[in-house]
Amino acid sequence: MTGSTFIFYLLAAFTLVNAVMAVATRQIFRAAIFLLFSLIGIAGLYFWMQYEFIAAVQIIVYVGGITVLIIFSIFLTQQAGDLLPKQKLKRQIFSMLAAFCGFALTIFQIYQHSFTGNTAQAVEPTVENIGNQMLGVNEGGYALPFEVVSILLLAALIGCIVIAMRSKPATI
Amino acid sequence: MIEPGLYHLLFISAALFFIGVFGFFTRRNLITILMSVELILNSVNLNFIAFNKYLWPNKMDGLFFTIFIIAIAAAEAAVAIAIIINLYRSHQSIDVEKAEEMKY
Repeated sequence: MTGSTFIFYLLAAFTLVNAVMAVATRQIFRAAIFLLFSLIGIAGLYFWMQYEFIAAVQIIVYVGGITVLIIFSIFLTQQAGDLLPKQKLKRQIFSMLAAFCGFALTIFQIYQHSFTGNTAQAVEPTVENIGNQMLGVNEGGYALPFEVVSILLLAALIGCIVIAMRSKPATI
Repeated sequence: MIEPGLYHLLFISAALFFIGVFGFFTRRNLITILMSVELILNSVNLNFIAFNKYLWPNKMDGLFFTIFIIAIAAAEAAVAIAIIINLYRSHQSIDVEKAEEMKY
C-alpha cells in the first residue's frame, strides 16, 4: 500500500463522513460547517487526481463563495441556538430506504459494466491548455458556452438584486 | 486495500449523490435543502472529472463541463438564497410546510 492509496482512502472517508453529518445533524450552523469540510474533501480528491485548476476553482467558488453565502443566509433567517424540528420516523425510514435502493442499483450497474478507456496521448490539464481551449473558436473550443455563461451570471446577479430588494410602498 | 481507480471514484460519487438525495427528502428547511442540492451537484462534478481522467485523458471536455457546472451552481445558489430571504421576509419562516401559498 503506497502513500497515494492511503491519502485517497483518507480523503474519501473524510468527504463521505462530513457529507453524512451535513444531512443528519439537527443544528443548521453545524450542517453548514460539515458541508464546508465535505467540499474541501472533494477539492482534495481533485488534487489527488492532479486536476489542480479544478481544485482551485472548487475551493474559491464553493468553499469561499457558496458556503459563506449559506452561512450569511443562516444568520439572516434563523434564531441562534434553535434546533431543526425532528422529522417523523416514518419519513426518515422511507427516505433512507429510497436512497439506499437507488445507491445499490447504481453501484450494481456500475460494477457490472466494464469501461474501456482509450490510451491516446494524454493532454495535461494545465492552465495554458485549459485557457486555449476555453476561448478557442475552432472545433472543440468553448468560446460560445463561455459567453452564454457570462450572460447567465449577469442575469442571475440582476435577478438576485431584484428578488431580494425590499420593496418600498408606492414609489411609482 | 487495492489501488484506487475509476470504480472507487464512481463509488464515492454515487454515495455523495444519494446522501444528497436523502437530505433532500428528509429536510424541511429551505437552506438545508439547498445544501443537499450542492452535494448532488458536487457528486456530478466528481463523476465528470473521474471519467475525463480515466477514460478520455486525451480530451478535456469533462473538465469544461465541470467548470460550467460550477458557474451555474454559483448562480443557482445566489438566486435560491435571494428567494429564501424574500420568503423569510413575507412568512417569517423558511420551512417548506409553511410556504404552501406562494403569494402574500
